[in-house]
Amino acid sequence: MNIKMIIYMLGRISFLEAILLVLPLSCALIYKENTILAFLITIGIALGLGAVCSLVGRTKDKAIFAREGFVIVALAWILMSAIGALPFYISREIPHYYDAFFETVSGFTTTGASILTDVEAMSKGLLFWRSFSHWIGGMGVLVLVIAIIPTETGRTIHIMRAEMPGPIVDKLVPKVKSTAKILYLIYIVLTAVQVILLVVGGMPFFESLIHTFGTAGTGGFGVKADSIGGYSPYLQWVIAIFMLIFGINFNLYYLVLIKKVNSALKSEELWWYISIVVVSAGIITANIYPIYKGFGESVRHAVFQVATIISTTGFATVDFNLWPTLSKTILFVLMFIGACAGATAGGLKISRVVVLFKTIRANLRHMLHPRSVDSISFEGKRLDKETCNNVTSYFAIYFISFTIMFLLISFEKFDLETNISAVAACFNNIGPGLAGVGPASNYSAYSPFSKMVLSYAMLLGRLEILPMILLFSPSVWLRRKAKKK
Amino acid sequence: MNIIVVGGGKIGLTILANLVREEHNVVIIDNNPEKINEIVNVYDVMGVCGNGCDCEVLEEAGVFKTELVIATTDSDELNMLCCFLAKRMGAQYTVSRIRNPEYNDNSLSFMRKELDISMAINPELLAANELFHMLKLPSAAKIETFSVRNFEMIELKLRADTPLDGMRLMDLRSKYNAKFLIFAVGRGDEAYIPDGNFVLKSGDKIGLTAAPAEIAKLLREMGLLRKQAKNIMILGGSRTAYYLAKRLTQIGNSVTVIERDKRLCEELSEALPKAVVINGDGAKQELLLEEGLHTVDAFVALTGIDEENILLSSFAESQNVPKVIAKVNRDELIPLSEHWGLECIVSPKKLISDKLVQYARALENSAGSSVETLYKIMDDKVEVLEFKVKSDFPQLQIPFKKLETKKNTLIAGIVRDRKIIIPSGDDYLLSSDKVVVVAANQRISRLSDILS
Repeated sequence: MNIKMIIYMLGRISFLEAILLVLPLSCALIYKENTILAFLITIGIALGLGAVCSLVGRTKDKAIFAREGFVIVALAWILMSAIGALPFYISREIPHYYDAFFETVSGFTTTGASILTDVEAMSKGLLFWRSFSHWIGGMGVLVLVIAIIPTETGRTIHIMRAEMPGPIVDKLVPKVKSTAKILYLIYIVLTAVQVILLVVGGMPFFESLIHTFGTAGTGGFGVKADSIGGYSPYLQWVIAIFMLIFGINFNLYYLVLIKKVNSALKSEELWWYISIVVVSAGIITANIYPIYKGFGESVRHAVFQVATIISTTGFATVDFNLWPTLSKTILFVLMFIGACAGATAGGLKISRVVVLFKTIRANLRHMLHPRSVDSISFEGKRLDKETCNNVTSYFAIYFISFTIMFLLISFEKFDLETNISAVAACFNNIGPGLAGVGPASNYSAYSPFSKMVLSYAMLLGRLEILPMILLFSPSVWLRRKAKKK
Repeated sequence: MNIIVVGGGKIGLTILANLVREEHNVVIIDNNPEKINEIVNVYDVMGVCGNGCDCEVLEEAGVFKTELVIATTDSDELNMLCCFLAKRMGAQYTVSRIRNPEYNDNSLSFMRKELDISMAINPELLAANELFHMLKLPSAAKIETFSVRNFEMIELKLRADTPLDGMRLMDLRSKYNAKFLIFAVGRGDEAYIPDGNFVLKSGDKIGLTAAPAEIAKLLREMGLLRKQAKNIMILGGSRTAYYLAKRLTQIGNSVTVIERDKRLCEELSEALPKAVVINGDGAKQELLLEEGLHTVDAFVALTGIDEENILLSSFAESQNVPKVIAKVNRDELIPLSEHWGLECIVSPKKLISDKLVQYARALENSAGSSVETLYKIMDDKVEVLEFKVKSDFPQLQIPFKKLETKKNTLIAGIVRDRKIIIPSGDDYLLSSDKVVVVAANQRISRLSDILS
């Protein structure tokens, strides 16, 4: 285990966060708010920590293997959240550090679960930072580090694999660095387009930024108590469509960029994604039609809610908690499916679900015809046994983790629906759940212990479980000791 | 530059590693998914799994916007076909590994022209040439040759009893009264470009160049000269052995080749009528002694197994054979065998990758002054490059003592009208000179890169 290199990378992360914090600081300066000092102190702490890490972590041995990659990613996300929580705490706008930590983890993991009872009372600088953390967390902090900081080793792919969502991480171009740059470029362009469309639709610039950050990272922090409900239908449509756009694999945008539109349209995952969205939105429209005034409104609310849940964003135009059970159930199932791999969304990812179903089908056929030879293909390519195994074991570990966390928060006095949807919403990085944690309420009623469990759930969900579990697996650390002797 | 490497074998991988270090955009094509996975995990490259002669695979690897395609699979025919297709599909330059001796004769130039292959590489032939040079000047551990025939740089290791131990380079020059230059010193893990105040120690590896007429004299005075090898024993009947024995017998040396495989022996004896071909297990020390290991001037171990080469070379060294050379292909074994006291090691892989790095760098600057020759010495820490001076070089005719050059670079030799100049402070560059530059720990791709 290359401890020094891990410390060195954490130092870089710390520096990067100090730089990123300048943006909310300038926002606080523009609005002349009294949170300036809180930001300055946090920047100072981040810089100091970065300097110490850079000094301690100076080493010639820059090798990063898969193990280091996992540990760096897991620690980096915890560190980012720990530092990012400081402005809320120092400014006393969130009086308890565990609440601030929950809020920041929720930001970076693009969950959007909040403990704030009155969002509209928050100062603008902090609101900006809260939503900006969605934007950073969406594409990944370490991907950003790879894109802008020179690294000598070729093994940074391990870091990218550990941070990017999805079962298979491919490079777009030969170099990791260029791949990271291209991904961020696509991300920035899409963000800019959405901001423009929102401003054109009459949303104030500050709110446009906040909502775009929430959409791009598929996070879901807003500035209003009723989320998006108060805005015009045009604005709701723009946000709904962009939520779906940010749920599509970014590799497809790259294919479009290099004029290979046909191969982008051939993507199997994309078609599953579109079909799932259309079918669920259709059923929900029919189901909620009696509640609303017309067909248009029903469609809008149905599509928006389906988009917000499947892309794991967490905005809302209505309190879907009041919808019929069928609609709520569909939304609950969509929570687990999530969007495409290689996007900024959470959840299981459509590609995994599809591969799982294909594996099950092949296994069933194998039971009926024991001598049959089955090959499973996805995206036009034959999948090897190892990938299928990885997918099935991911499901197992996913539901085991889910159950453990569900048990841990069952000590609370809430009902079953609240608890199960709270874990589902945090674990899949969505934000609002059902019943007690529905779009109209929040997580503030949970005990500090449950908030820590849910914070961990959010990190587990964002980093796709393995890094956060490996961090606590003894064998990762034991080998280091053996080496030291 | 965008480069596609086809085939992830030993040679392909070494080439790939060096090109990645040169910061090229490299795509690797191999038909073994596990191998692709392994390579992509270690090197910053993109992997494409499939047959290198499949147009779809080449297309996926982006052959249209590729400058250089290097085919290094085991099969010559596959390599040639792959280069042919790649060229037709839009690659600018193609390099194919062609190693079958039957193709490496007169038919090679015809095939290269017809198939539009920019360069054919033959690791075995390159290694044989390198070995030949080493045997001709046994004092040196390695010799670098340049586009002008008689200009050579030699590398040697100072033994424990060297008279040079503890001498300053400045004093050395006045003592030996010859025009020579020590252009690089390797000590432990570090490599230096020394100045006049540098003090030599025994155990150092030095790079030395001198006027061709004086090199033998100089080595004799320094107590480093060893007699030219005339009687050579080669272990293993590989292709390298064949090429080497052929060259050696052509100039009248006596050569003994020992090979285990009967059929190969018969082929060799047919192809090499002047050489003695022995069928027997070279790993048996008795056989080596019986065939006169004590009387030979040089022993070259060229079997396909690195470990066998290293062990038997050690044995030969213990029998006081004046010059012992071992072929070692695996990188990690080279420092180990040097540690064991073997000075002379030839690695065909490294020769090839040096050649391709040079080729890629020359392509990059085909407009300006381009690299004509490139060697990496002292564990790849020091580069030796040959350039042709173009008339647009900004510092023509300025004496070197006034020239502001970067740290850790040195002009080590100039060739003007086929005459070799070992430069001093009063020398200067003229257009159409050939100049040899040495640089430590940096990358030079144009002559003007050495100016600060």
